[in-house]
Amino acid sequence: MPLNRDQIAQRIAQEVEDGFTVNLGIGIPTLVANFIPSHMSIMLQSENGLLGMGPFPTEANVDADLINAGKQTITTVPGASYFSSADSFAMIRGGHIDLTVLGAMEVDETGSIANWMVPGKMVKGMGGAMDLVAGAKRVIVAMQHADKEGNSKLRKACQLPLTGVRCVNKIVSDYGVFEVTKDGFLMTEIAPDLSPDFVVKATEGKLRVDSNLKVMKF
Amino acid sequence: MSKKVFKNAKEALSDIKDGMTLVVGGFGLCGIPENSISALKEIGVKNLTCVSNNAGVDDFGLGILLHTRQIKKMISSYVGENPTFEKQFMSGELEVELVPQGTLAERMRAGGAGIAGFYTPTGVGTLVAKDKEVRQFDGRDYVLEKGIKGDFALVKAWKGDKFGNLIFRKTARNFNPMAATAGKITVAEVEELVEVGQLDPDQIHTPGVYVQRIFQGVNYEKRIEQMTVRKG
Repeated sequence: MPLNRDQIAQRIAQEVEDGFTVNLGIGIPTLVANFIPSHMSIMLQSENGLLGMGPFPTEANVDADLINAGKQTITTVPGASYFSSADSFAMIRGGHIDLTVLGAMEVDETGSIANWMVPGKMVKGMGGAMDLVAGAKRVIVAMQHADKEGNSKLRKACQLPLTGVRCVNKIVSDYGVFEVTKDGFLMTEIAPDLSPDFVVKATEGKLRVDSNLKVMKF
Repeated sequence: MSKKVFKNAKEALSDIKDGMTLVVGGFGLCGIPENSISALKEIGVKNLTCVSNNAGVDDFGLGILLHTRQIKKMISSYVGENPTFEKQFMSGELEVELVPQGTLAERMRAGGAGIAGFYTPTGVGTLVAKDKEVRQFDGRDYVLEKGIKGDFALVKAWKGDKFGNLIFRKTARNFNPMAATAGKITVAEVEELVEVGQLDPDQIHTPGVYVQRIFQGVNYEKRIEQMTVRKG
């Protein structure tokens, strides 16, 4: 069975190490926070100007002056700090964020990513995505393996306008875990009950299967 | 220094002209200069270029001025929450320059700090770097981006004094401190205007030198875009 959204998030949470500063994008990446073990000391960064994001507030504690980059009302954790957008992106560009997790429309075998624009359609803007992929120490993409028409989103070369060049380290899709290497994608883990052949056929970019391929467990 | 204090937004913006460039603080609807935006609608200036991370929603924030077709061009990083914007953008009526969020913040900061341009790794190899100089430093490519200045900057703070010193609150700080530095004339609206000396100098986020006009704002709506709560 391909992984569901929660399982993708759960697997990505294993990439988070104690003491990390992490920026989570909108969608599946946001769910990663739910699977970070509570004994770990993690600071979540929100690029609108907060380090130390906490859970959603109770109704009584909603504060219009306290939102995340998805414009949702949130809270802070002990040790949190507020800062300007310039400071926030100095943190991001300057390599002070250990990990960013974001969604994508396409990732290619060199690790280039497209996630902000489809020509001819309404363009909403890149927000902070281009800065995050250029600056975070590690970039992990959470996405479905294929688009709605069944086309592989792990491409030989991205066809859509790029967000960043050669910057993605790892992809967790509903089919498994894929590292970006100098020699294309390397599948290190596979979703339960899928065959490596099936995944290879469903992948357009160059894909090698790790000799120690693990079957994922949930 | 009391020359900086104005009665309200309309008075503080009375000499704003058609075709001017405005640098506007705020992120989404958080920390936006609500009073100044309403006053611009009333004054009716047109053909404005607005530099602001977002464009508001249909009936609030800068969306108000899109509705009345007072904005000719937006320079923003994300404009996704606004159907009026979408209509005017797709029909070509509204000009849009999309800028990565960190680059936008740094362009405002640079504009206010006397820095003509800077090299950033953000956007290298993408449409954003098209027709811009790319230069290699220590083996990595960087793209040249220019500072931004505005005829006016419009910002919103939590507290301010009559010299223009400002303190922001929580994530309502966002783009406001950089915007405040980037205006030839910076107009600050505050929830609480106090006498000089009443703010702790250690707590000032924006020193008053950047602020030319300040007024006590009224009737803050502080609309929430995405209300998310947990039970408890």
